[in-house]
Amino acid sequence: MTAPRTDPPAAAPDDAAPGTGPDAAGAAPDAVRLTGLGKSYGSFTAVHPLDLAVPAGSFFALLGASGCGKTTTLRMIAGLEEPSTGTVALGGRDVTALPPYKRPVNTVFQHYALFPHLDVHENVAFGLRRRGVKGVKEQVAEMLELVQLGGLARRKPHQLSGGQQQRVAVARALINKPEVLLLDEPLGALDLKLRRQMQLELKRIQTEVGITFIHVTHDQEEAMTMADTVAVMNAGRVEQLGAPADLYENPGSTFVANFLGTSNLIEAEVTGTSGTDLTLVSAGQRLTLPAARCRTAVGPGGRVLAGVRPEKITLVHGDDAAAIPEGRNRVPGRITGSGFTGVATGYVVDSPVCPELEVVVPNVERDSRLVPGAPVVLHWNPAHTFGLDAAQDIDAGLDAGLDAGLEAEPAA
Amino acid sequence: MNPARRRLTPYLLLLAGVAWLLVFFVAPMVYQASTSVQTGSLDKGFRVTWHFATYWDALREYWPHFVRSLLYAGIATAACLAIGYPLAYMIAFRAGRWRNVVMVLVVAPFFTSFLIRTLAWETILADQGPVVRFLDAVHVLDVTSWLHVTQGHRVLATPLAVVCGLTYNFLPFMILPLYTSLERVDARLHEAAGDLYATALTTFRTVTFPLSLPGVVAGTLLTFIPASGDYINAELLGSTNQKMIGNVIQAQFLRVLDYPTAAALSFILMAAILAIVTVYIRRSGTEELV
Repeated sequence: MTAPRTDPPAAAPDDAAPGTGPDAAGAAPDAVRLTGLGKSYGSFTAVHPLDLAVPAGSFFALLGASGCGKTTTLRMIAGLEEPSTGTVALGGRDVTALPPYKRPVNTVFQHYALFPHLDVHENVAFGLRRRGVKGVKEQVAEMLELVQLGGLARRKPHQLSGGQQQRVAVARALINKPEVLLLDEPLGALDLKLRRQMQLELKRIQTEVGITFIHVTHDQEEAMTMADTVAVMNAGRVEQLGAPADLYENPGSTFVANFLGTSNLIEAEVTGTSGTDLTLVSAGQRLTLPAARCRTAVGPGGRVLAGVRPEKITLVHGDDAAAIPEGRNRVPGRITGSGFTGVATGYVVDSPVCPELEVVVPNVERDSRLVPGAPVVLHWNPAHTFGLDAAQDIDAGLDAGLDAGLEAEPAA
Repeated sequence: MNPARRRLTPYLLLLAGVAWLLVFFVAPMVYQASTSVQTGSLDKGFRVTWHFATYWDALREYWPHFVRSLLYAGIATAACLAIGYPLAYMIAFRAGRWRNVVMVLVVAPFFTSFLIRTLAWETILADQGPVVRFLDAVHVLDVTSWLHVTQGHRVLATPLAVVCGLTYNFLPFMILPLYTSLERVDARLHEAAGDLYATALTTFRTVTFPLSLPGVVAGTLLTFIPASGDYINAELLGSTNQKMIGNVIQAQFLRVLDYPTAAALSFILMAAILAIVTVYIRRSGTEELV
C-alpha cells in the first residue's frame, strides 16, 4: 500500500481549482497531488517517497503516531520543508520550487502562531494586507462571523481562550481562500470536550466553504469524525488509505487494525474452504472467515490472523452457551477484568485462542453473573471477521497508539 | 507567625533597599539641589540664597555643550542600534549552538575597565597607527573631513573619535536588551508570516521588528542616557572642541570649584534627559506591547 490513490468524489465542486494543469483526462485536477514525495535527514528517512492524490473539496486526514512523517509531509505541501525527492502539485500546477508565500495554500499551525502584537482583526487581515486586497474590513468581519468571533475583533490573542485562538488561526488562514487549507494538529492544545466541539465546528466550516482541507492528527477518533478520507501513516509510509468506516471495518495490516480502534487478533490455521468462506482452527476452536475479507492468499495449512472488533462480539455466561445460534464463531474463555464506561462495559477475556480478548457490551441488560472469574462464551457473526497476513507483527500499532496520546511536538 | 509580624514583614524586607535609596540617591539629590541655588566662594563659604539665575547663566554659557552631548549620544545610539540589531538578530535566530559563546564575547569587554578600553581606542586611532593610515590611504578621511567629523589626516581629537568611543563602549547595553526581546520572538511566527504571503523583508517589518520594540526602546535608553552624560570618551579621544557636558560638569566640580554651576548643570542635564525619554516612550507606545 505504498502507492494509494483515491478516486475523485462523485460531485467535485466546480470552483475547486483552476484547470491550468496538464490533466490528461480533462477532469478537474486533484487539489493536491504528491508524486514520489520523500524527505531524508542524512541517513534518516522521515518520509519514504509517497504518491498521494487529494480530490478537490475533500476533507483529508493524515493520521499517525508521533514521528511517522505526517507533519513533515504537510510541511512539504506548505513549502516550509524542502522535499528530498518528488514533486508537489496543487490544482495541477507543480509548486515544488515555490516558496511558501507563493503557494495557494494556508496553514493552521499546531500552536496557532498568532501574531501577539496584533489584535484579532489584524491577525485575520494579515494575509489580505500582504496581497493588497481591497475591502479588508468587510471580509474580516464576514470571516469572524463564520468562526463566531464577531465581538472579539479588537482583542489581543493573549486575551482569548484556547478555543477562540484556534478559531482565529482558522479564520486567518481561510480568509485567503486558499486552494488547500493545511491543518497541523490544530486541536492538539485543547481539552477533550472543546476538541470534540471544534471537530464538528471545523467540519461545518469545511462544508460551508468547500475548500480542500488536509488535516494532520495523531487522534484516530478525530480523523474518523472529521475526514472523508484518512491516510494512516506509519514510519514514513502510508499504510492504508480510505474512508473512515472502510478503514475501520477492513484494516489492511495489523498496524491499522490496532492503531485505528481496537482489534482482537487471533492466530489461526486455515483448514479448508466451505463455499465463499475459509474455515480456520485456533487452539482447537473452529472459526469461519469470509474469503473476500482475507487480506492474504493462503491455502489449507497456511497461517492467518483472524480479527474481530470488540463491539461485534456478544458475551454470554458459560451456563447459557447452549442458547447460542448455529453458524456463529464461538470461543470459550474466562473474564479476567471489566471496566464500566457508562454506555458500555468493557471486558477482558482469557481464552485459549488469545490471552486478552477485548469485548465491549452495550449497557442494555446487564448480566450480574459477568464478573471477573466467570466462565463465558464469546460469539460473533462470521461475516464480521477479517483476515490478515500472519507474517506481520501482531502488536504493530499498539505502542504507537499509546505514544500518540502523549505527543507534544511534531518530529522535525 | 502572629498577624502583626506578618503585616510588618514586607516593610522589613524593603528596609535595606529604602535605606540605600535614601542615603545614596535622595540625600545627594537634595544636597545638590541646595548647592545649585547657593552663592558664595570657596574662601567665604557657600550659602543658600535661592539664586536661580545660576541655572540661566549655566545654560546660556554651556548650551553648545548640551547640544553636542545630546547629538553625540544620539549618533552613537543610532550607530549602536545599526550594529547591534543585526548582531542580536543573528545570535537569537541563527547562532544555534554558538549562541552562548557569542553572548560571552559580547559581554567580554566588561572584564576590563571602561577607562582601559577607552585608552585602547586612543592607541587604535593613533595618528600614525595602521587604522588611520589605512583610512587615509583609501581616502575615507577625505570624505569624513569634508563632513567635518575628522580633521586633516587625524582621527583622534575629532568628533568621529568621540562617537566611535561612545558607540564601542555602550554597544553591549544595546545588544543585551535587543537579544532578550528577539530571543522571545517565536520562530514559528516567521513561518506563519511566510505562509500568509509575507516575504522575508515584510516578515521582519510587520512581525519581528514590532515584537522586538521593547528591546529597541530599552537598548536605546540604556545607551543614550549614559552616553549623554559621559565625559571619559570626550576627555581621552576628543580635543577641547569636542567637550561634552560631562566634561564641563567634571571641570566645574573638580577644577574651577564652582559648585553651584556644576550642580545646576547636572540638574539641567537630568531634566533634559527625562524630557527626551518621556517623549520617546510616549511616541514608541511600548505600553501597548505584550
